[in-house]
Amino acid sequence: MNKLIELKNLTKNFEDQQVLKGINLDIHENEFLTLLGPSGCGKTTTLRIIAGFEEPSSGEVIFNGKDISKVPPYKREVNTVFQKYALFPHMNVYDNIAFGLNIKKMDKTVIKEKVNKMLKLVGLEGYEKRDVTLLSGGQQQRVAIARALINEPKVLLLDEPLGALDAKMRKEMQGELKKIQKEVGITFVFVTHDQEEALSMSDTVVVMNDGEIQQIGSPIDIYNEPENRFVAGFIGESNIIEGVMIKDYLVEFDGVHFECVDRGFEDHEPVEVVLRPEDLDIVEPEKASITGTVTSVTFKGVHYEIMVETEMRTYMVQTTDYAEPGRKVGLSFGPEDIHVMCKMGNY
Amino acid sequence: MKRKNGIFAKIYVGICFAFFYLPILVMMIFSFNDSKSLSNFTGFSLQWYEELFENYEVIQAVIVSVTIAILATVISTVLGTMTAIGLSKSRKFLRDYLLNVNNFPILNPEIVTAISVMLLFSSLRIPKGYVTMLLAHIMFCTPYVITSVYPKVKSLDPSLANAAMDLGATPVQALMKVIVPMIRQGIFAGALLAFTMSFDDFVISYFATGNGVKNISIVVYNMTKRMNPTINALSTIVITVIALVVFFVNIIPSIKKGRVKEQHV
Repeated sequence: MNKLIELKNLTKNFEDQQVLKGINLDIHENEFLTLLGPSGCGKTTTLRIIAGFEEPSSGEVIFNGKDISKVPPYKREVNTVFQKYALFPHMNVYDNIAFGLNIKKMDKTVIKEKVNKMLKLVGLEGYEKRDVTLLSGGQQQRVAIARALINEPKVLLLDEPLGALDAKMRKEMQGELKKIQKEVGITFVFVTHDQEEALSMSDTVVVMNDGEIQQIGSPIDIYNEPENRFVAGFIGESNIIEGVMIKDYLVEFDGVHFECVDRGFEDHEPVEVVLRPEDLDIVEPEKASITGTVTSVTFKGVHYEIMVETEMRTYMVQTTDYAEPGRKVGLSFGPEDIHVMCKMGNY
Repeated sequence: MKRKNGIFAKIYVGICFAFFYLPILVMMIFSFNDSKSLSNFTGFSLQWYEELFENYEVIQAVIVSVTIAILATVISTVLGTMTAIGLSKSRKFLRDYLLNVNNFPILNPEIVTAISVMLLFSSLRIPKGYVTMLLAHIMFCTPYVITSVYPKVKSLDPSLANAAMDLGATPVQALMKVIVPMIRQGIFAGALLAFTMSFDDFVISYFATGNGVKNISIVVYNMTKRMNPTINALSTIVITVIALVVFFVNIIPSIKKGRVKEQHV
């Protein structure tokens, strides 16, 4: 895949606060890339710099080989779907979608044809004359997407577009967005703080925190091989345990040696170990090297969330088996369930 | 109990209306009086209207009032709207400061404004006349426009301008096609205020003008010294014009709305 956008050493200061601390990122053609992080991590600022609403304090935005960091938004080949859609309330659905083409003074019959095509793409045929302020959240969302895509941008930027929708609608739009991206075949850059959304839609997930990129990878990599404690903690729920890498394929934590699949660390290097709650199983105490007492059980629908207090810490276990509070249990997991990460600063 | 309240409310409203409109009604009636008396209605005639339209000074004053009101309205509306939009984007300190300063001309006694305007023109040695009167009108109209447009701008979603530019509109196009249409109610209200303020202004105009340039208020003021019923005729015409403007301003939008609703049905 060709590189479409390159962010080189982007920084951004607001007054005396540095919100981006050197962002380096390649965005490829046809890619569904998600910027994921907690609020205030700089993901929206990064998006606004790509769109042209903010100028970086330093660094370059390379688009198709040219630095566009000083190009105004109306001359860029990107379009944005805004957080609260920012539809023009004084125009109907048709005029909102046709806005970009009307600005370009395109022929009226061509505009009509294109608008109809867009309405079909987002499933809003017959809504041309509707007042946008009277549409539901999901429908407004579709208008916003159509309004952006009709300009045939090379990149579509989406700033937490599903944040205002209810859970069911959000699920539906996730699938829809993915489908639309495949259909038009352009790059989507998607900003969200919802890790599940990021994992289920993206080709590439960029985890950000505190103005820095923590990890770039496919959803599976990010989930299974988090590079540090922040990523592990942010993506899904985790038991994060300090340990020591004795040698390749052998790690020690909670006073026990465990076989693992990680290597490449120095011998006796302090590390952090991630154990996903769903990878842990409750077994009889004598069958496991880590044992403890069940302190609480919460029914979560598909599974139970069981807290097990051991000598060293409390583990969270997600399992379909029930274990009553007070029972002595063992925790079992395989070598491939142990994810070893470099140790980093406190979070 | 409820009915009693209703009666009192009606009487109260009746008294209020009488208080507001009876003097105007009296004036209107006496503009059709066939004698010079301002206390005895002796018979119906249009002689004061005839006299009015033969009076060159009055015709001139009408032209001055109307043209100044139109020019001052257009210029102060553009100026005030741009200021309001600019203010919404400026830093909080500057914005609060300017919005407070903007209230001065509104709260200031008119006479103080009038004298300071006169002093300004005198000290700058600008010969007083039509242009100085126009400048003074623009000066006191603009704050009203800012006051009525600013809340509308403030309530706008700040991403709207960005959205327009994102879709290829230059900043000017974004302003004309998105921002202005969305705040047009505020602009319209501001313009209407400006027009009425300018059209019936006396104090500031009186001090800001010279060289024999007079607007209607000044002419009327001069006439009162001679107890001439033509002022009744003139005032009646002015009130009728303003009443018609206000009537249409209030009626037209509701007619339009009605039409839109019909289309929906």
